[in-house]
Amino acid sequence: MDRNNSRRQLAAMKQSLFDQGHLDEQFIQLEELQDDANPNFVEEIVTLYYRDSSRLISSLEQTLHFCACGRERNPLDFNKLDTIMHQFKGSSSSIGAKKVKAESTLIREYCRTGNAEGCRKSFQQMKKEYVALRKRLENYFQLVRQAGPMERACRPK
Amino acid sequence: MNLSNGKGSISTVTSTATMKSGEGSDQFPAGLRVLVVDDDPTCLMILEKMLRTCLYEVTKCNRAETALSLLRENKNGFDIVISDVHMPDMDGFKLLEHIGLEMDLPVIMMSADDGKSVVMKGVTHGACDYLIKPVRIEALKNIWQHVVRKKKNEWKDTEQSGSADEGDRHPKASDDGDYSSSANEGNWRNSRKRRDDEEDGDDRDDSSTLKKPRVVWSVELHQQFVAAVDQLGIDKAVPKKILELMNVPGLTRENVASHLQVSHYYPPCTSETTQKYRLYLRRLSGVSQHNNLNNSFLSPQEASFGTISPMNGLDLQTLAAAGQLPAQSLATLQAAGLGRSTVKPGLSMPLMDQRNLFSFENPRLRFGEGQQQLLSSNKPSNLLHGVPTNMEPKQLANLHQSTQSLGNLNMRVTGSSTQGNPLLMQMAQSQPRGQMLSEITSPRVPRLPNILAQPALSNGISDGLLGRNGIASSSRAPSFNPVSQSSSYLNFPMNQSTEMSVSNFPLGSTPGISSMTNKGSFQPDVNSGIRASAGFPNYDIFNDLHQQKSRDWGMASQGPMYDSSSHANPLHGNIDVSPSVLVQQGYSSSQQPGHNRDPSLIGKSPFSLGEGLDHSNLQNGGQHFNPLIAESSTRVKSERVPDASSQTNLFPDHYGQEDLMSALLKQQEGIVQGENEFDFDGYSLDNIPV
Repeated sequence: MDRNNSRRQLAAMKQSLFDQGHLDEQFIQLEELQDDANPNFVEEIVTLYYRDSSRLISSLEQTLHFCACGRERNPLDFNKLDTIMHQFKGSSSSIGAKKVKAESTLIREYCRTGNAEGCRKSFQQMKKEYVALRKRLENYFQLVRQAGPMERACRPK
Repeated sequence: MNLSNGKGSISTVTSTATMKSGEGSDQFPAGLRVLVVDDDPTCLMILEKMLRTCLYEVTKCNRAETALSLLRENKNGFDIVISDVHMPDMDGFKLLEHIGLEMDLPVIMMSADDGKSVVMKGVTHGACDYLIKPVRIEALKNIWQHVVRKKKNEWKDTEQSGSADEGDRHPKASDDGDYSSSANEGNWRNSRKRRDDEEDGDDRDDSSTLKKPRVVWSVELHQQFVAAVDQLGIDKAVPKKILELMNVPGLTRENVASHLQVSHYYPPCTSETTQKYRLYLRRLSGVSQHNNLNNSFLSPQEASFGTISPMNGLDLQTLAAAGQLPAQSLATLQAAGLGRSTVKPGLSMPLMDQRNLFSFENPRLRFGEGQQQLLSSNKPSNLLHGVPTNMEPKQLANLHQSTQSLGNLNMRVTGSSTQGNPLLMQMAQSQPRGQMLSEITSPRVPRLPNILAQPALSNGISDGLLGRNGIASSSRAPSFNPVSQSSSYLNFPMNQSTEMSVSNFPLGSTPGISSMTNKGSFQPDVNSGIRASAGFPNYDIFNDLHQQKSRDWGMASQGPMYDSSSHANPLHGNIDVSPSVLVQQGYSSSQQPGHNRDPSLIGKSPFSLGEGLDHSNLQNGGQHFNPLIAESSTRVKSERVPDASSQTNLFPDHYGQEDLMSALLKQQEGIVQGENEFDFDGYSLDNIPV
């Protein structure tokens, strides 16, 4: 693909991610950290994030009793849930995953008020976003590699 | 990008560069050594990258325990710590407390939580800043300010505590004023007067009593003291009752009184536990020092060290004169520490150790002793007190101690030159704890100098001291490189051979020391002074390094009293030498900042002087001391001569040290007269004209 085209495409992709609220300023911060010494820094970070947060997701699912054996068997451990969510939120915010972060905040609020149902619903919502973002970022980074090393961080308009 | 699930492997600890001591200080804040702790690997990696972009030296770890052991192993290896609040193995606030207590480094907390209560918790636990995640690089660019501020505050603290104390308790009358506190009975007063007199024969330890054998406040003794005070409660802890509770044969009320003195001075602790603890420690260590210091403070004018003497062991007067502030602060600290029986046993212990060293050293101090008697005579213990108190956790304590010892020493040292020595000596003494030293020195280095400054070695020393202190130092340099500071301190005397040792010193002191750019104004005056100062620089570092070591200084003779395991600090080993270094004034100047981190070096120089001091103690084995001494003696000699000039340079920086050193030296000289291991002759000891 033509390099310029790739770049343009890349820029558009990124722009839409921002416009749709999937990414925030933090992502730009990461891009600005990227330099010759770490040319794929952002991609590395995102990869790391998804790898690490996957275990948090499993842990969350477990805590929320998302299992076939039946729900509401035991009361939700809101404290534990909140702790995991705190971690998850911190992680997600550090890569700029805006929507994921917002959902996390919501879940934490439900934990605080002891709303089990709210927790579950929010979690499912969050997970959807989490997975969707992953896909989009995968595509994005693929394009970045295609576009070549010239791609630099640029702020979305 | 492969986003498949799976555990990432993140190295637990990675370091961007080897910890270099003191390097890059000239490009401050570049090279700031940051330790970042976060269990989240993503955040950790981002932070590391951001910090590297800020040109900091980054070490990251994902566990609090790892972080703590890293910090413990590398005293003075880091300038600032950034830690997450929520971590699986240890609560971030707990880590914060530990760091504050043990290393006293500035700590920045961070969390995704921005709730007011959690931020407040950070503040109350002593965090110097709180960052909300996600952390932006802009927030990290300015973290160096916390390092500078901390150092500055420490320095100021020392000064203030000292001055506050004095102001309150003792009228700043040149002559001793009456130490208002009952504890003072006569001791201080006497010491003050003695300072003026500067008579050798001053052994007036107590104005009222005849010369008494100096009380060595050993660890056990101090523990008993603390226990008694605790039992009675600060308010009711009057010497008489304490004495009764302690039930130590041969201990007099005056001894207790002067040992207690400090506690009264110390102002109430801050809310933070860490601070409290620190203060306590300081107090403990400073108690003895305080005594000495007080004296000196009282008569600031007495700058002339020579006259100091009557102070209990420490020529507070001298100290006061020279570095009034420090003494006061020390005293204050000590008092505070004492007053608060909150000291944890653990902490107090170290202090005690120090004390032991000190006391131990005292006999060794030879000159110190001799001097002491002359000088302060009130309380022989003063010397000791100053020194060892548990400086460990808190370097302050060391400072105190050193100060105290120095004070005593200085007092004796009549004349700036000599004075410097005792002070230095003291300083060295107080620094038995290498760690403490570093801690203290680093950020606190200023403190030391203060004390030293007090004695006002009149010669440039005072300048030097202040300069040395560097803390405040703006003059001094490299803010960041604490190491350099210390080195300067140490280097001071050590220029010559001891450079090594000198550098060691800085190690201990780290940041604090850096301020000390020793060279300079210090003017050691002295050969004697220099010696003291020389030693002193070591002392500073020494203190940092080993708080205990400083003790050794005085205790050199004692030998390995130093058992504080902690002092094992790397510096510790090095510091051994410090005492000699201190002594070696001759070393003057070579202390370049470069040396800073060379603990080994430090040890060397001081050792020569310190030999008497107790190098061995430092090392914990006492034995080591001797060999050093032998070395040092030769060294000393040679050094001395040239030093005079070089010393001056050195001194300016460590002026404060010098005072202590001189004080110490003086004392030592007195003690050592016979010994000559170190070859004191050339040493300022001679100068210590009491």
